[in-house]
Amino acid sequence: MKQETTNYKESTGRELLRRFKYNKSAVFGLIIIFFMVFCAIAADFIAPNDPYPSPPLLANKLKPGFWSDKGAPGMPLGSDGLGRCVLSRIIYGARVSLTAGFVAVAIAMFLGITLGVLSGYFGGWIDTIIMRIVDIMFAFPALLLAIVIVAVAGQGLEKAMIAIGIVYSPQMARIIRSSVLYIKEMEYIEVQKAIGSSHWRIIFRHILPNSVAPVIVYGTLMLASAILDCAALGFLGLGAQPPIPEWGAMLADSYSFIVSGAWWAATFPGIAILLSVLGLNLLGDGLRDILDPRLKQ
Amino acid sequence: MKRYIIKRLLMLIPVLLGASILAFSLIHLAPGDPARTIAGEHASVQTIEKVRIKYGLDKPLITQYWIWLKQALRGDFGRSIVSNEYVSKEILSRFPNTVELTLFSMFIAIVVGVLAGIISASRQYSLLDYGFMGIALFGVSMPVFWLGIMLMMIFGVFLRWLPISGRIDITIPFTKITGLYLIDSIITGNWAAFISSLRHLILPSLALGTIPMATIARITRSSMLEVLKQDFIRTERAKGLPERTVIYKHAVRNALIPVVTVIGLNFGLLLSGAILTETVFSWPGVGRYVVNAVQMRDYPAVQGCVLFFAFIFVVVNLITDIVYVYIDPRIKYQ
Repeated sequence: MKQETTNYKESTGRELLRRFKYNKSAVFGLIIIFFMVFCAIAADFIAPNDPYPSPPLLANKLKPGFWSDKGAPGMPLGSDGLGRCVLSRIIYGARVSLTAGFVAVAIAMFLGITLGVLSGYFGGWIDTIIMRIVDIMFAFPALLLAIVIVAVAGQGLEKAMIAIGIVYSPQMARIIRSSVLYIKEMEYIEVQKAIGSSHWRIIFRHILPNSVAPVIVYGTLMLASAILDCAALGFLGLGAQPPIPEWGAMLADSYSFIVSGAWWAATFPGIAILLSVLGLNLLGDGLRDILDPRLKQ
Repeated sequence: MKRYIIKRLLMLIPVLLGASILAFSLIHLAPGDPARTIAGEHASVQTIEKVRIKYGLDKPLITQYWIWLKQALRGDFGRSIVSNEYVSKEILSRFPNTVELTLFSMFIAIVVGVLAGIISASRQYSLLDYGFMGIALFGVSMPVFWLGIMLMMIFGVFLRWLPISGRIDITIPFTKITGLYLIDSIITGNWAAFISSLRHLILPSLALGTIPMATIARITRSSMLEVLKQDFIRTERAKGLPERTVIYKHAVRNALIPVVTVIGLNFGLLLSGAILTETVFSWPGVGRYVVNAVQMRDYPAVQGCVLFFAFIFVVVNLITDIVYVYIDPRIKYQ
């Protein structure tokens, strides 16, 4: 492994960028994510059709796409069970799924960072209580816990996002806690305490900025799982409700049609999920290698 | 070792108590009057009051929790609102199906994953290595439910090789003993049933097993590479042992230690995945049951499933930890 430069300031910024450029998987992941974000932002301009035509064009129901000459005109990836353009719905779906993932991770980060800092920095009974709660939440498979929260709060996209955010927060709390425990013992924190800095100043000025690396790495990987779990809830009918073009819900709507040979409506939304998750996983793994070579497996 | 196991068992108590509080609170956190929720939307006032007294919903919360917990410890989660059957009976009748599905998936995942990892590591940077690891990379990012749909479409609908839903061909006579169809058909010597249930099992297990398979392959590879760098491997090669012996007899044994942990951790993922896979393939397991229960707002059933899943999950994690300490004496258990 390359020796870390002794001058820390020089090694940041430009050095990180250089390491990023040489990490092929991170660059590839970032390209996929840029593409997805572009689709989400520019959906109004690039989608060939209206994702919610009303009334539904039932005459165009389950028409194949560009590979067949019986296809519906202007619908490159065919149409779904209600005659809606699959490609347009996938493009608009990027907006729904990425937003849902981001919101869920933002909730998880807010809760996780708060709990993790409280627990790691103050220790004692605060730590014990928070970590016991975290242990209890870890006693459930993540998706089951999300389903349970939806069972209480009711179905829908917003509730699914909140549920996933809550379910992921213990993971973030543990990561932040261990990072805080490590930083807390450093000499410069001792110095801060000795010169009489307040707890809040130490936390916000010194501890949190030094925990940024794991937050970025695990946040990215968490975003991948959040998108996957949001789609899973949508697929189970507990997340986004029709007619929202959410990828998981689109799969649920259309997978019964594969028996009649209409494979496209259930195939392409899944590829969109797979690509987004793959891109984020690649980016997250790459960022881990770049930001913290010690974490490399 | 004994002390470690006892300590871990004692640590389960607060976790399971917490899980039980969560399961119990479900019905009270849900909007609306719990008695009305249980009695059903169109129940009369008298019925609601009867339900309130029957379930002790008129007593203070702590008393209610205590009553509920005492019953739950005896395996009584009350009756399902939908079917009016005992929830525990419904769960237990479906549980063997989930067990068979997850164990078979894990079996496929371990066999294929470990082999692919070993081959990749012993031929690092070969075409085979890139091929396996490329597939594994897609594997870990795969939405289970979509993979299930794709397998169903390709092997069930287009090629017509395998059935796409259910547990066994219903025209085949079959006697249940343990509820695990493969085992039962072997015990009774019913080969037609064995083949049929195996054919029904393949697609769901492949769908469910892919993510752990990919994870196991990646961990096995990196762990093998780590071991192959160590001194004792160099010594063995230097003293002229055949490469095959070095890899399969000495390296693999040491490399499998982290793999065991990953297998344990993946059981949780498998339970989550089973919820989705069972829904795709209409597999009559506990995962599909809990989804249906949530959709129907069948709270006693949801409560029972939550506690049941949590119990299974922590027990599996405990077993993993114990196995881990057992196979790696270097780990000090405290």
